[in-house]
Amino acid sequence: MLSTGYSIHSPLRYKLAPFLLMLILIVCLPSMAHADFGVNLPEGVTPISNKIYGLHMTIFWVCVAIGVVVFSVMIYSMIFHRKSKGAVAANFHESTAIELVWTLVPLAILIMIAVPATRVLIDLENTDEAEMTVKITGYQWKWQYEYLDEKISFFSNLAKGAREATRDAEKRGSIDHYLLNVDKRLVLPINKRIRFLMTSNDVIHSWWVRDLGVKQDANPGFINDSWATITKPGIYRGQCAELCGKDHGFMPIVVEAKTQEDYDVWIKEQKAIAAAAAAAGDREWTKDELMVKGQEVYSTSCAACHGVTGQGVPGAFPAMAGSKVVTGDVKEHIKTVMDGRAGTAMQAFKGQLDDAAMAAVITYERNAFGNNTGDLVQPATIKAAR
Amino acid sequence: MATTTSDIQTEIDKHDDHAGHDDHHHGPEKGLMRWVKTTNHKDIGTLYLWFAFIMLLVGGAMAMVIRAELFQPGLQLVEPQFFNQMTTLHGLIMVFGAIMPAFVGLANWQIPLMVGAPDMALPRMNNWSFWILPFAGAMLLSTLFMQGGGPAFGWTFYAPLSTTFAPDSTDFFIFAIHMLGFSSIMGAINIIATILNMRAPGMRLMDMPLFVWTWLITAFLLIAAMPVLAGAVTMMLMDRNFGTSFFDAAGGGDPVLFQHIFWFFGHPEVYIMILPAFGVVSQIIPTFARKPLFGYSSMVYATASIALLSFVVWAHHMFLTGMPIAGQMYFMYATIMISVPTGVKVFNWVTTMWRGSMTFEVPMMWAIAFVMLFTIGGFSGLMLGIAPADIQYHDTYFVVAHFHYVLVTGALFSIIAAVFYWLPKWCGRMFNEKLATIHFWWAVISVNVLFFPQHFLGLAGMPRRIPDYALQFSDFNMISSIGGFAFGASFFLLTYIIVDTIRNGKPVKEARVWESAKGLEWTVATPAPLHTFDEAPTRELILAESSHTGSH
Repeated sequence: MLSTGYSIHSPLRYKLAPFLLMLILIVCLPSMAHADFGVNLPEGVTPISNKIYGLHMTIFWVCVAIGVVVFSVMIYSMIFHRKSKGAVAANFHESTAIELVWTLVPLAILIMIAVPATRVLIDLENTDEAEMTVKITGYQWKWQYEYLDEKISFFSNLAKGAREATRDAEKRGSIDHYLLNVDKRLVLPINKRIRFLMTSNDVIHSWWVRDLGVKQDANPGFINDSWATITKPGIYRGQCAELCGKDHGFMPIVVEAKTQEDYDVWIKEQKAIAAAAAAAGDREWTKDELMVKGQEVYSTSCAACHGVTGQGVPGAFPAMAGSKVVTGDVKEHIKTVMDGRAGTAMQAFKGQLDDAAMAAVITYERNAFGNNTGDLVQPATIKAAR
Repeated sequence: MATTTSDIQTEIDKHDDHAGHDDHHHGPEKGLMRWVKTTNHKDIGTLYLWFAFIMLLVGGAMAMVIRAELFQPGLQLVEPQFFNQMTTLHGLIMVFGAIMPAFVGLANWQIPLMVGAPDMALPRMNNWSFWILPFAGAMLLSTLFMQGGGPAFGWTFYAPLSTTFAPDSTDFFIFAIHMLGFSSIMGAINIIATILNMRAPGMRLMDMPLFVWTWLITAFLLIAAMPVLAGAVTMMLMDRNFGTSFFDAAGGGDPVLFQHIFWFFGHPEVYIMILPAFGVVSQIIPTFARKPLFGYSSMVYATASIALLSFVVWAHHMFLTGMPIAGQMYFMYATIMISVPTGVKVFNWVTTMWRGSMTFEVPMMWAIAFVMLFTIGGFSGLMLGIAPADIQYHDTYFVVAHFHYVLVTGALFSIIAAVFYWLPKWCGRMFNEKLATIHFWWAVISVNVLFFPQHFLGLAGMPRRIPDYALQFSDFNMISSIGGFAFGASFFLLTYIIVDTIRNGKPVKEARVWESAKGLEWTVATPAPLHTFDEAPTRELILAESSHTGSH
């Protein structure tokens, strides 16, 4: 021969052991899938989530079966068809029959998977015959829920304290459901076919609650839909699933499913709260009242971008402290908060805050962070400006 | 058999003569200008590979920032906005700066050697297409230092987050993408021209080594896909600066249109990064199994069908955008169809190993790890392709695990395999086999510790691209980060092994570095002289060196 070439022979144990380790890992996987420590999908509480779970397990097992066959053949030949064991290479290198078999068999397996998958898909996409409708609007970085039949509407923000807990390990351990808790839950009745309409106010978001088997993109300017019939009362948590900017990781979803009776009580409460809020806008507020309420509104609606201390994020989000708008003309300030700034991340808060909340937050901004303008904005001023 | 061997010997002698002759007359320039002005395919291949390696380290450093922040819950090291810049640039740099240039580097070195051509068909354009890259890469990285920070909208840069809501630096990002696209298209044209026009006269298409075949098909994918990306970023540029509303519903546009255009580029792009990997593995496995590649022609057809299918499955990335049910069904069926030709490839590799006479040199170990781990990535890919199940997987860590299995243990592992396989031929020195084996096990174990738990995280409900997470995800994130740091550290060892090989490696004299390797590249002297195949190899030599005709 022309060259002696380069070839090495080290002990087999040392070469193959980790491959075997990996095989063991793969074989162990199915058993882990049944264990209950957060390594697998939950079955969920809607017909759709159950079906998705079934489908998921079917494909999983098919993959495991194929994997075991392919890897076994590979490992067998790695152990027995080694030069160091005196194996002499065969010379076969073609077989149309075999090629046909391993084209057609996988094809048949795929068709077997595709049939149930298609069935689930058809069920999933059928949003007809809904008994109630909830419109979900994504905002940077919160969700708005509108009960179209009940005329109830509210925002759902990351729960209080979570933002501070991002920098404080002790708080993280003590607060309820760190990053998966909100200030106001989406309350839904069980055993009712609910249709969700998803849209967005700014960028693309995606509303995802695993236990409901619902994940649907919320696109600005378009409406998508999805549905669920929740079978068990309980609290189900989810998160935004589409990268939507800085605080994408901080816009959780909490659904509370109640029996019809409890749900009806809740609806009544919500209507009373709305009426009280409207009344609050009709009276004169003191500065202290406005400042307390204003700080609360600021921390849920403004702090994500402009910072808890009003420092902003240079180059991305302007600071509140010493800002020209905040320390300048009150009318300009009100207009900015109400209508937002076109072409920037500054949203229009007209539809998000009622008269009292908006008056309070503007008063707060004009008097906090060292902006001691002394200005007071009353709900009546906001009402007039709308 | 005997006559064939002596023919090869004569051929090698001839080449050795010619090589010495050429060096004597017009050797390369000395110093930096050699690399700036070079039109030699081997020099340019080297440049591409070093550039890719540096970018791999830069992108890897960003991955370390990501894993460090995710080591435990809470915000410890970076702000969410910077975290998003890291995930975005990590993706962009790995795709456009590391994996793609590395494969183009391998193509530059190997394709002329494997088809018996003296150089690439368009040597000056070759120089240009490389030298665009460092500038594009530098521009992309410079965005990190601009006011408002770099791109923070993910490597998929969905509108309107990347248009209306993006930092000012986005325009630099757009220009960098345009330049990277120019470079890729020129590289692809060069590869097609070389393969179709510069093959040794005796080499028919179906005589070509599989690495050459997979690159030929990949080059067509590049030419078809990159202009679509250029279109997408140009539309972004218009929306941002010239008042158009391609992706803005308020002006009659549609943000989902962006995703259609992006993925019409993006899905073929995925195959651009994996088809050459298939080629590499198809070269290595027969060598160390001492057996011809099983099903050569079916491998070629499978590659071509994967390439064609890659253009008609793009919307499986978009099952949740509100697509009509008929669209979802079509894209689901088309997507799972891809597993048929991909399965054929895996079966062919396994059958090539079957009843071979195997040895486990370092390149072979990487190739075997590729087959196993890529297959795992293929399984999760099949699961993701099932539209109704995708509801629960989409945009979670399950997806992150999936594409890292196919791109890290797939594409990247094949590049490392290729470097260990051909490095002795390139520099005439053998790597430290013991260190390389340690490095292999270190990398292959840590990479699984890094990415395997991410399947669990995704199924347990952790969305991707978040800087902080709920407490129930803590354990797996910590395990994943530990694997990540170990995998990251393995690249220091890899750097040492490569530099040590080039400087102090044991000299290799044999033309055929691996005793059972087949292919024209093993008929030229070691180290490969600057100029090879001044005279085309004969048909007899080509047939004798074919890894799939059964002349083993």
